[in-house]
Amino acid sequence: MLEIKDLHVAVGGKEILKGLTLTVNAGEVHAIMGPNGSGKSTLSYVLAGRAGYEVTDGSITYNGEDLNALAPEARAAKGVFLAMQYPVEIPGVTTMTFLKTALNAQRRARGESDLDALNVLKRVREKAGTLKVSEEMLRRALNVGFSGGEKKRLEILQMALFEPKLAILDETDSGLDIDALKLVAEGVNTLRAPDRAMLVITHYQRLLNYIVPDRVHVLSAGRIIRKGGKELAHELEAKGYEQIVKDAA
Amino acid sequence: MAAVETREKVAALGQKYKYGFVTDIEMERAPKGLNEDTVRYISAKKNEPEWMLEWRLSAFRRWLEMREPTWARVHYPKIDYQDSYYYAAPKNAPLKQSLDEVDPKLLETYNKLGIPLSEQMLLAGVAVDAVFDSVSVATTFKEKLSEAGVIFCPISEAIRDYPDMVRKYLGTVVPVTDNFFATLNSAVFSDGTFVYVPKGVRCPMELSTYFRINASETGQFERTLIIADEGSYVSYLEGCTAPKRDENQLHAAVVELVALEGAEIKYSTVQNWYPGDEEGRGGIFNFVTKRGDCRGDRSKISWTQVETGSAITWKYPSCILRGDDTVGEFYSIAIANHFQQADTGTKMIHLGKNTRSRIVSKGISAGKAQNTYRGLVSVHPKAEGARNYTQCDSLLIGGECGAHTVPYIESRNPSARVEHEATTSKIADDQLFYCLQRGIPQEEAVALIVNGFCKEVLQQLPMEFAVEAQKLVGISLEGSVG
Repeated sequence: MLEIKDLHVAVGGKEILKGLTLTVNAGEVHAIMGPNGSGKSTLSYVLAGRAGYEVTDGSITYNGEDLNALAPEARAAKGVFLAMQYPVEIPGVTTMTFLKTALNAQRRARGESDLDALNVLKRVREKAGTLKVSEEMLRRALNVGFSGGEKKRLEILQMALFEPKLAILDETDSGLDIDALKLVAEGVNTLRAPDRAMLVITHYQRLLNYIVPDRVHVLSAGRIIRKGGKELAHELEAKGYEQIVKDAA
Repeated sequence: MAAVETREKVAALGQKYKYGFVTDIEMERAPKGLNEDTVRYISAKKNEPEWMLEWRLSAFRRWLEMREPTWARVHYPKIDYQDSYYYAAPKNAPLKQSLDEVDPKLLETYNKLGIPLSEQMLLAGVAVDAVFDSVSVATTFKEKLSEAGVIFCPISEAIRDYPDMVRKYLGTVVPVTDNFFATLNSAVFSDGTFVYVPKGVRCPMELSTYFRINASETGQFERTLIIADEGSYVSYLEGCTAPKRDENQLHAAVVELVALEGAEIKYSTVQNWYPGDEEGRGGIFNFVTKRGDCRGDRSKISWTQVETGSAITWKYPSCILRGDDTVGEFYSIAIANHFQQADTGTKMIHLGKNTRSRIVSKGISAGKAQNTYRGLVSVHPKAEGARNYTQCDSLLIGGECGAHTVPYIESRNPSARVEHEATTSKIADDQLFYCLQRGIPQEEAVALIVNGFCKEVLQQLPMEFAVEAQKLVGISLEGSVG
């Protein structure tokens, strides 16, 4: 589904990713782990198509298509979803309005018809229960005054609503206490599906106790330096990044 | 008709201004230029009584001695007042008793504007007094209103049918000598709307007037007078659009509101005059004087405006809080894109005891536009216990536009409390990216974010128009993010 080959990415003229290669198949969950500054967030932004993240070399192929040639909103319509580390606030726009606008924009881009407010609400409610997203939350302005946990739950709710093919979770565990973490992980696990790939980006192994990955990759200084199964995460936890980086060198 | 269609197609292809079509109807005009004869011509066309002509002439003579104001933060080429027509009316258009008598081309125009001048309006509970250039051609739902005793008619008709009422109130809120543009209007106003709501009556429907400038090189000078008698209530909405032309057109309206004891007037404007093109060519010069007088105790006047059009907007809907315990409100959204210039705000004049005013202004600037909020809160010595709250928020889109806030506060009563809050912000990159990532295209994202920014004001609009205004916010910002 996703094939990244020798990817080089520069931000503000500075190279952050320096030859990253990664293949993710449908139905698989891959974890990308790495210390601060290793390029984890850059990878998630470049996949989502954020302006200012320039691909200088290499390629990203998504379902046989050159992902880098697509505008960010076109990627979203084609099933690329990024659950953000810091979901932004949009004052005055209710969460429900935002969900409806986004869902219909994606549908329109795919040549599907708009859903009316009632239909969207029905779909949102179906997903909201398990994630403990209250009706009251849906009426508030998007992410304004939300707690860290509420913001992350809303990200997962959107993931459930948009039914992406490739879901990227950027530091979804940051700022969550253990109960919130479990709730979010549970939400993610129910979305695991044979036709869906997930890229879980995290600094800590903690999240991977709840979302168990098929493959683990260690990112350091813009390159993947180790690959392995889920046990690699435990090794990392035990040894620390410094040792793993040294071992790989 | 073929020509009209072609022009429409070209307009649709090349430009974004949805209302930039011209209706091909034969017009009757006053000779070009402005002198006493022009004033007499207009007055004669309207079959006005002698007192009205004298009123106009005294305004005209006064105007000759006045100078155009220069204090606003707007720049425009000098207006040649002799190079314009001051009266234009569709030929063969005396007053119509029903819609069937109206030229179908006119109705087509209204349909394009999205004004359903038909049964739909009844369902929506809206009465429309449609002003096409200078003559009112169709007035709907007059009967239902007259059952309630509400008078809702063209002001030219009111001058003939209700002269005592017009003489009693006309020019008492905006005096003939008030300012350059208001004085000009007093001399040459060609039509407008008159509303009277009797004592204790709650007007049974929203009143609405759509003004439209159609003829080229014609200034439009409408005059609106609304009187809410003791304990009455009325909500009035005006919507404005104009076709696109390369030359600038002058629009200098005067609106006067009078609220007697315990009365409430809610006045909403959605202004979408042609703003000029992306290069700053053409567009309406909108120099408007709007003022409400809370003449009786416990009366209330509320202005809500959504200003998205015009090349230049110079407009300060104000409240004179004359009675005790009166309330004045001003809710404003002003959007300026490309080369538009907006200098708009309000004046709240606290004269009576325990008078309260509230100002919420949302200014959005994009492209190379300049957007100024200019406001005055004045508390006079006798205004014991006066209160004002002002909130001015500016939103900038891109790096070449400007937002300016010029609040004047004068308090001559130590018991008064005046609060002013102001913020300036930009649409953040991360907000835009978040929307894009969720599949919302850029222009839709900008519209969404801006609508959120304006929400407090949009909520003040009557429901039927809030949706339209939201769409307008999106349309007027098209092309603002590169």
